[in-house]
Amino acid sequence: MWAYFFKRLLHGVPVLLVVVTVTFLLMHAVPGGPFDRDKKLPPEIIANIEAKYHLDKPVWQQYLLYLKQVVQGDLGPSYKYIGRDVSDIIRDTFPVSLTLGLCAVLVTLGLGVPAGVISAARQNSVWDRTCIFIATLGISLPSFVLGTLLILVFSHQWHWLPPALWEGPRHVILPAIALGAGFAGYIARLTRSTVLEALTEDYIRTARAKGLSETTVLIKHALKNSISPIVSVMGPLTAGLVTGSFVIEYIFSIPGMGNYFITAVTNRDYPLIMGITLVYAVLIVLANIFVDLIYMKLDPRVSLSNAGK
Amino acid sequence: MLKKMPVSAQWSAGFIVFTILGAVLAPWIVPYSFETQDTLNTLAVPSAAHWMGTDYLGRDLFSRLVYGARVSLFIGVATTLVALVIGTVYGAISGYVGGRTDSVMMRMVDVVFALPDLLMIILIMVVLGRGLTGIFLALTMVSWVTVARLVRGEVLRIKELTFVEAARALGASHARIIFLEILPNLWGVLIVTLTFRIPVAILAESTLSFIGLGIAPPFSSWGSLANDGWTAIKFYPHLIIFPSLAIFLTILSFNFLGEGLRDVVDPHRDPKRH
Repeated sequence: MWAYFFKRLLHGVPVLLVVVTVTFLLMHAVPGGPFDRDKKLPPEIIANIEAKYHLDKPVWQQYLLYLKQVVQGDLGPSYKYIGRDVSDIIRDTFPVSLTLGLCAVLVTLGLGVPAGVISAARQNSVWDRTCIFIATLGISLPSFVLGTLLILVFSHQWHWLPPALWEGPRHVILPAIALGAGFAGYIARLTRSTVLEALTEDYIRTARAKGLSETTVLIKHALKNSISPIVSVMGPLTAGLVTGSFVIEYIFSIPGMGNYFITAVTNRDYPLIMGITLVYAVLIVLANIFVDLIYMKLDPRVSLSNAGK
Repeated sequence: MLKKMPVSAQWSAGFIVFTILGAVLAPWIVPYSFETQDTLNTLAVPSAAHWMGTDYLGRDLFSRLVYGARVSLFIGVATTLVALVIGTVYGAISGYVGGRTDSVMMRMVDVVFALPDLLMIILIMVVLGRGLTGIFLALTMVSWVTVARLVRGEVLRIKELTFVEAARALGASHARIIFLEILPNLWGVLIVTLTFRIPVAILAESTLSFIGLGIAPPFSSWGSLANDGWTAIKFYPHLIIFPSLAIFLTILSFNFLGEGLRDVVDPHRDPKRH
């Protein structure tokens, strides 16, 4: 298991290298420097700034220098937040985004899995149709629309929950729902179809023949055997949560990584853009590895050698 | 074909046609031009004169919304069409040729898949700059890979079938086999893919424009209109509600239509699956 884990980790290295290289090249292909101002700076100052950030060196030297720094865990200084390193900013903002992301996953699974199971248990009933309809609504509702709706209703109209900032558990509720609800639609549909498939299996007939209650058959037998496909979408889900966090953290003024990323793009703060992109890439690689590991634990038929291919 | 689809898909098709007509005929149906300022009625709530109210410069929101449909729908449809053509040709060649060429071509696709779409689009747009061209190119560069993967898989399956073998035995050229024998079998799949990818593109564009990284003035899309409304959400919520509703209903319609089309195109598909 550990050997497999490290092997997969090793396989992730080329992916990360590609991500670093591509973002580095993209950020250096941008016309104009990050220190262009409306007011022209004196050439001596520009020379000084460029020397400080190694911008006076040829691009390949900058690239090697950057790689060396990254390997040592140093993502360079931010161009915009003077005196702060990219690593510091990420250290401050990552826990915020992680908390939000995990709460959103709870919302996604908490809404999606029960809805899917209910749908499957009462196939083609009113319940089923309603669940599927709401799931399609959820998939079609952009997170920023849902976010603004939640703010309008629960903050501005009823004053139940705060519309912005990050100062305690009450501040997590609305953004977590806005971020997680859309994916719940996907999970509901997926759960429905996998549970329906499981319900046609022989072991379900056996379970029923034993006289087990329908609920036990549904939860202990059908759902338990449908967990694997649901787990396997947690990889893409991580990617979705990352991009979803851009919008949600922007709307709710949450000081997380997504919000800083958007600000960095607006400010053309290249080291910060590259740093956060790299963190996202690491996150997605790790998420995929963990999904495969969980997959193996759940389904003994998936062997170590075949997983992840 | 339309008759065979569920009611939701039929209504959705109607809504989409209605929206496209509105976008095309915009100059003839809007009560005001998108930049006319009614300076006595800035930030007005919906009324008979201004159906959806006015923004902070006194511009009629309904007119701006109809013009915004042009940008939003154009981005959605055009990027998806271009991505579909590129992806189909790329995927067909990769799947048909196979072997080492296939692995190299698919490795390139994997690179684009390594990062989430929206993240890639934002990174590309840092280079290309905000605006219509930037977002068009960035969206296309990211979305063709999904089509390429799908088409490759289909081609891998179809190229082993007997009618392809027959064509080959008759001495047909590779190009003829790909374009006249194999690809015509993909029409259904491609139309369904098109219908499902258009809302994805519309969503990406509106999301980007909403966070201020997408469409730049003088153009405005539904996303940038929603962003304009966002700044005044507390006191003038109608400014964000109408653009949001337009985005939501359009995406929903495409999704319903896509589901309807999928069931018609592929009736053998397990009806349990959704």
